[in-house]
Amino acid sequence: MAKTAEEIQRDLLRPVLKTSWRFVLVVAGLGICVLAGFSAWMYQATNGIGVAGINRPVFWGFYITNFVFWIGISHAGTLISAILRLSNATWRRPITRCAEVITVFALMIGAMFPIVHLGRPWLAFWLVPYPSERGLWPNYRSPLLWDFFAINTYLIGSVSFLFLPIIPDCALLRDRSSGWRRRLYSGLCLGWRGTQKQWQQLETAMHIMAIVIIPVAVSVHSIVSWDFAMTPVPMWHSTIFAPYFVAGAIFSGIAALIVAMVLLRSFLHLEEYLTAQCFDNLGKLLLVMSLLWFYFVFAERLTTWYGNAKPEMAVLWLTQRGPFRQLFWVMLCCNFVIPFPLLAIKKLRTIPGTFIASVTIIAGMWIERYLIIVPSLSHKFLPYTWGSYRPTWVEITITSVTFCAMALLFIVFSKIVPVVSVWELKAGLPPGSRPAGASDRDGQLEPVQILGAPS
Amino acid sequence: MSTSSHHWGMAVDLDRCTGCGACVIACQAENNVPTVGEEEVKRGRVMHWIRIERYYEGEFPNPQIKFRPVLCQQCDNAPCEPVCPTYASYHTAEGLNGQVYNRCIGTRYCGNACPYSVRTFNFFNPRWDKPLHLQLNPDVSVRQVGVMEKCTFCVQRIKAAEIQAETEGRSLRDGEPAPACVASCPPRALVFGDLNDPNSEVSRLARSPRGGKLLEELGTRPKITYLQRGSWDGENR
Repeated sequence: MAKTAEEIQRDLLRPVLKTSWRFVLVVAGLGICVLAGFSAWMYQATNGIGVAGINRPVFWGFYITNFVFWIGISHAGTLISAILRLSNATWRRPITRCAEVITVFALMIGAMFPIVHLGRPWLAFWLVPYPSERGLWPNYRSPLLWDFFAINTYLIGSVSFLFLPIIPDCALLRDRSSGWRRRLYSGLCLGWRGTQKQWQQLETAMHIMAIVIIPVAVSVHSIVSWDFAMTPVPMWHSTIFAPYFVAGAIFSGIAALIVAMVLLRSFLHLEEYLTAQCFDNLGKLLLVMSLLWFYFVFAERLTTWYGNAKPEMAVLWLTQRGPFRQLFWVMLCCNFVIPFPLLAIKKLRTIPGTFIASVTIIAGMWIERYLIIVPSLSHKFLPYTWGSYRPTWVEITITSVTFCAMALLFIVFSKIVPVVSVWELKAGLPPGSRPAGASDRDGQLEPVQILGAPS
Repeated sequence: MSTSSHHWGMAVDLDRCTGCGACVIACQAENNVPTVGEEEVKRGRVMHWIRIERYYEGEFPNPQIKFRPVLCQQCDNAPCEPVCPTYASYHTAEGLNGQVYNRCIGTRYCGNACPYSVRTFNFFNPRWDKPLHLQLNPDVSVRQVGVMEKCTFCVQRIKAAEIQAETEGRSLRDGEPAPACVASCPPRALVFGDLNDPNSEVSRLARSPRGGKLLEELGTRPKITYLQRGSWDGENR
């Protein structure tokens, strides 16, 4: 990269410090959408969960699909960022923060859905273990409670994981801003001065978090899968579910990361930072996950088919020949048939190529979660109870608004913190390209000290 | 008063059941089960705690119809109980699958876990078309929106019978607490009683060679025995 440290700093701080009218327009538009979604939820909360399309026996529908989907998306940050940091892959530098932000926001959106779907959402706090006037602790045998703990652990962990590498950039911004921004960054950078000791402590903390967050992430989606696998429902009660869900989560997470990066690249003019090489490498990872996903789907279905148990076969045929067959084939095309050539052939693994593959994968993985939840519930053991499910406008509104909410959170975040880590890019420069004698006021390391930061 | 000496169970004689539906109506009246209206029933939100399943067999000109009343099987190893995060569904000392409405936050997880799909959910606040609102049973609480509910084996009748027997200083007679469905069944296809008493009618029927359990292979250990001529494998499921 031919950029100097000064240029990097200027390019990456520009979107933070300069606000155009287009930004205001987009934020206002997305804000209205999010308000609409919030109103839809209030409508549901006041009138009863019955305004959604769920019924007996399909007690879970779009909301739980969204829950699994968004928690899955949140696995972008962990894999990319933690694993690439630990393996010291240099091409990770421009993308780690983007991945970590997706994790935090997707997790917040995903964690909202178990509350949205409750019959009495105002009592959601009963999952919190505290000595209550009811004289009752929550039921630790319930996978939903495991979820509660796993998601909260992951949220705390990923917020710390996101926050740590932000500190030096906040210090940089503190020295370049005034007014409320200055006060904000002064608080956020926790008195960062850029001393050698502070760099060492930061590196240690980031290293510990990178190691800790990987098992936490794996546990989160395993537990999400156990919400299903722990119940005697045909096609749910399966040992393959935990690894299958974790693989699917990482798969959709990488796809989400690529989409976010492509959009950032064009909107914030980061063409020189989010290079074709990043997309090529991520495309290879995505290809591996696509193959892994296909392998899991195949293994799951082959086992079910060979086992030939009546209740399971009823559900299996529902998705192969029955009313869900179109969705099944769409899912297979989205997750494998379309992305595979785009990602496997080097000529096609370009930025547009990986973008198209990622968009189809995100759609395909949403359908996958839907196909896991709804067909099984609609055809449980007694044929007399078989039913079907059709979402209502409330569920559709809330579902589509979550994508607006994600975009809004992401855009607002990118206005406060540079979405590409300034100090990590600078640290990645070859020694000769750094300017000599940066001022101490920057809250930024001198070039020699950047070298000292083992990143 | 020690009540845990009882282990309530039921026997359903499918050879006697005519599919008349008296049990369904009796249950609805006894337990303040809301009438949800035609539109909601179409959407699969009927709230009956007991239902008559109809299965058709054979081709014209010899079609057969089979009835099977299905209510909560009060499993000894109930899948609905461990999944509830707030202990709304729990196991009572008398072996019933209790449902504490006040604890329920409406995750509907129990409804998914139940292989018999006998748990019903209040998708809206309950309403009764006039004059049905005048006949609510004061012994049974009315459930609010967002709460799961299910057959209780008419626990209010069991309690009333136990209290009555205690005031009279005697033990319960066989067949004394009778849930509304049992009391209203014209062909006496439903029998209720104490499975801990080996001489009760329900215990006797539970040992019958005609007897079998619904979805027994799932390991739920249901307390309802279905009696039927013929074998219990394959086509009866």
